[in-house]
Amino acid sequence: MEILVCVRRVPDTSENEIRLNDAGNDIERDELVYSINEWDNYAVEEALQIASRTGGKVTVVTVGSEDDEEVLRRQMAMGAHQAVLLADEAFDGSDGQGIATILSAFVKKGGYDLILTGVQAEDGAGQVGGMLAAMLDYPFASLVNAIEVVDGKTLRVGREVEGGNQEMHEIDLPCVLSIQTGINEPRYVGMRGIRQVASVPIPTLGAGDLGVDPASVGRTGARVTRTDYFVPVLGKGAEMLGGSREEIIDKLIELMRANGGLK
Amino acid sequence: MEGLQSPAQAHYWFIQGWLLFLILKIVGLGAFAYIVGKRLVPLLRGARDVRFDRPVARLGRVLQFWLAQWKHPRYWFAGIVHILVFAGFLVLFTRAVTVIINGVADGFVMPGFSGRFGQAYAVVTQYFTTIVFVCMVVAAVRRIVFKPARYGVPPQFGKGHPADAIFLLALIAALMFADSLFEASEAAAHGTAHHAALAAGTLPWLLAEGLGPASHATLQSLHLGAFLAHDVLFFFLLCYRPFGIQFHVETSLFSVYFAKLDKGTVKPVRWGVADDQLAQVKSFGVKQFEDFTWKHMLDFYSCADCGRCSDNCPANAVGRPLSPRFITIKARDYTFAHYPVVGSPRNGAPLIGGIYSEDEIWSCTTCGACEEECPLLIEYIDKIVDLRRGMVDDGNVPQSLQKPLKALESRGNPYGKMEKKRADWAKAKDFREICDVPTLDGGNDADTLYFVDSITSYDDRMQSIGRATARILQHVGTPFGILGAAERDSGHEVRRFGEEMLFMALRDHNREAIKASGAKRIVTADPHALNALKHDYPDAPPAEHISQVLSREVRAGRLRFRPVDDSRRTYTFHDPCYLGRHNGIYDDPRSVLDAIPGLTRVEMARSRDRSFCCGGGGLMLFYEPKEDQRMGVLRVKMAAEAGADVIVTACPYCMVNVEDAIKVAGLEGKMTAIDLAELADRQIARPAAPVA
Repeated sequence: MEILVCVRRVPDTSENEIRLNDAGNDIERDELVYSINEWDNYAVEEALQIASRTGGKVTVVTVGSEDDEEVLRRQMAMGAHQAVLLADEAFDGSDGQGIATILSAFVKKGGYDLILTGVQAEDGAGQVGGMLAAMLDYPFASLVNAIEVVDGKTLRVGREVEGGNQEMHEIDLPCVLSIQTGINEPRYVGMRGIRQVASVPIPTLGAGDLGVDPASVGRTGARVTRTDYFVPVLGKGAEMLGGSREEIIDKLIELMRANGGLK
Repeated sequence: MEGLQSPAQAHYWFIQGWLLFLILKIVGLGAFAYIVGKRLVPLLRGARDVRFDRPVARLGRVLQFWLAQWKHPRYWFAGIVHILVFAGFLVLFTRAVTVIINGVADGFVMPGFSGRFGQAYAVVTQYFTTIVFVCMVVAAVRRIVFKPARYGVPPQFGKGHPADAIFLLALIAALMFADSLFEASEAAAHGTAHHAALAAGTLPWLLAEGLGPASHATLQSLHLGAFLAHDVLFFFLLCYRPFGIQFHVETSLFSVYFAKLDKGTVKPVRWGVADDQLAQVKSFGVKQFEDFTWKHMLDFYSCADCGRCSDNCPANAVGRPLSPRFITIKARDYTFAHYPVVGSPRNGAPLIGGIYSEDEIWSCTTCGACEEECPLLIEYIDKIVDLRRGMVDDGNVPQSLQKPLKALESRGNPYGKMEKKRADWAKAKDFREICDVPTLDGGNDADTLYFVDSITSYDDRMQSIGRATARILQHVGTPFGILGAAERDSGHEVRRFGEEMLFMALRDHNREAIKASGAKRIVTADPHALNALKHDYPDAPPAEHISQVLSREVRAGRLRFRPVDDSRRTYTFHDPCYLGRHNGIYDDPRSVLDAIPGLTRVEMARSRDRSFCCGGGGLMLFYEPKEDQRMGVLRVKMAAEAGADVIVTACPYCMVNVEDAIKVAGLEGKMTAIDLAELADRQIARPAAPVA
């Protein structure tokens, strides 16, 4: 099975102190460290596991700039067979629809049986997967937390629904799935693996290569634009429970029960 | 009465004695050579290991740990029994060889064993035959009646084989008995005059006493029968040894000679492959059995299954799925199954998922208690690290460890904190006013570098250890500085968790930074950093722990402490593994405590080289083990049992674990923990005594 995984490089929320820039329209990006979007990492792991069961190759693709090669290499170190960078000045400032347009143009050039995205990006809006499926006219399942290959034409996928229940679907290939965290345990990517793929060439495709009309993407094509960015004012602080240990435990249980944490 | 016919001249059924014993010898020795040859096959397929260097140091090890049985009395009863049996085997070896040759060549005497020396030797052998015989009985009673817990086999590690041990003891006892009977029958046949030559009270003497009334014919039969039994038992035991723990009789000498000489170090990924060549190595670590080095395979043969390692292992004590004893025993069973004596070797499954589980290998804190205890100097840490390297290479790392490893890669600390905030611990206004901590950039006067390391730099609680250390250095008048934002994690646990390439990146960064700082010596309050700087950083300036600095200043009379405020409290020192066991620093911290007037100090039952790990440092703080309770909780209870209410330690990780454990154990308010540097800083008699 030929699998494409759409990935994205994001500022690592656990390793950065996210602050607003002076202009107040974006975060301060100096001294940030980046990593692969967490959901995408699960998607790549899932793709690798499917490929190792059914055969076939895993390709990772991202829309971005040279800086984003870092995450493509990391996913190659993880085991992805090839990586493609979609970069063009015309792509800068794309909204979700723009990204989906670029990706769909890329998908049309390859023969992929299965396309995976993360459910959302840590700094995104969770819209690319669905839009991509619509543009390709592929079936789409979101929030997927289990994939079983039935045969060459069908997958059985599991989705977690609110409240922790699980539903199962059958979906025809080719299709687009957005992958939920927890679907697997992503493998570790060590320094050694990253160094081994350090000099593997990563092809870059631009708007011309993809046949994308530059006016339909990027800032010019964006129909959703960010107008503000702020850190919410901290609300009321945590409630401190007082009393003896037993009293605290009783109050805690009461609170948890009242708020549905205990059944 | 006249003498007895010798076994060589006698007829056994239809065959002449000498011929029978010649055949026995050829068959016995041939079978033994064949079996040992088969046992060597895996070693020849094992990975390279460098063990032929430093022969003098190795011979010293042999004298101390093999010949003098140095570790044995740590378990005094079993230890003394073992020492007696070992001494017996050494003494009786010559006699056994002589007797066996006598079966073919009548009247053979070992060169140098005629005359008085031979007579004296005969008396000594009679005593040792008796001692070994009695020891076998004692050991069997111990196994059957008292059943020491450490010999038991927990169900998850398979079935115990108590009968095997008894069988072995019985074989040796029978060998001693046969030899004694052989001698006693001869003496009895010569009458009282001769049998007085037997040493009084020995087994042969007792038997001769009992055989006094026996007829010549009976004595002759017993004499020949005992000799045959002795010969058969001897060669059976010889060929039986390579099939179990008894093989250590042969292999221990080699295991001890080839034992690891450098404590605190970790073996390279591949011996003989330089760091910059590592990229070309196809696979890292131990994945298949054959990835073990030949010395590590030899360890598997040498293990006597005495259980001392696991008896001291903190992971085993808290119910983690690790028992060092079974790391070895499972590998030995694998060897026996896959390198059979009859048939050709066959490949087995990968070790992880085969004989070991992932959790088992991640459970080790590398505290070194097992290695400290092993009488045969069997290595565990290097094997664990090699197995982890294999798992890391396969991407097989627990999710809980992946984030800190990634953060170490991008930020140089496991918490993902900003590099520029690394020196913030020294920037608090009230601290900076009394103690300025400069960053060494090569242009300073200071040539002492305080290597802080990640936890002390970033953890709110541990920053206090950093400030105390800085104030101590300031007080003793050492011009010093730090690397500040240029410092990265020492990588000590990164290496021990099997991420060698990340470790090398961190180390190389620090080496450059240390070089640029112009430092001539390094001081640290973190034993893990100390161990890394001493053993993992080949060209770093000499490193010391702050307890060594304190102890030296106290000895020189330059450092005085004021009396403790509350003399009713009782202090105990918890030896951090990487200060004590791995670096041998036991007395310095104690001498500092004892220099504080009015401080009462007690020792825990497990202290010094038997210290009990607090739960592990570095990445181990992020690992989520499967365990029944925390090591720290057990440790805190040990302190309470010793009558202490203040635990002094000298490692920030110990502090994390011990303080948590005090809360978990419900001892808050009754027990406190303090770092040696914090305590010393608090008690230093300063002219103006500024802060507490």
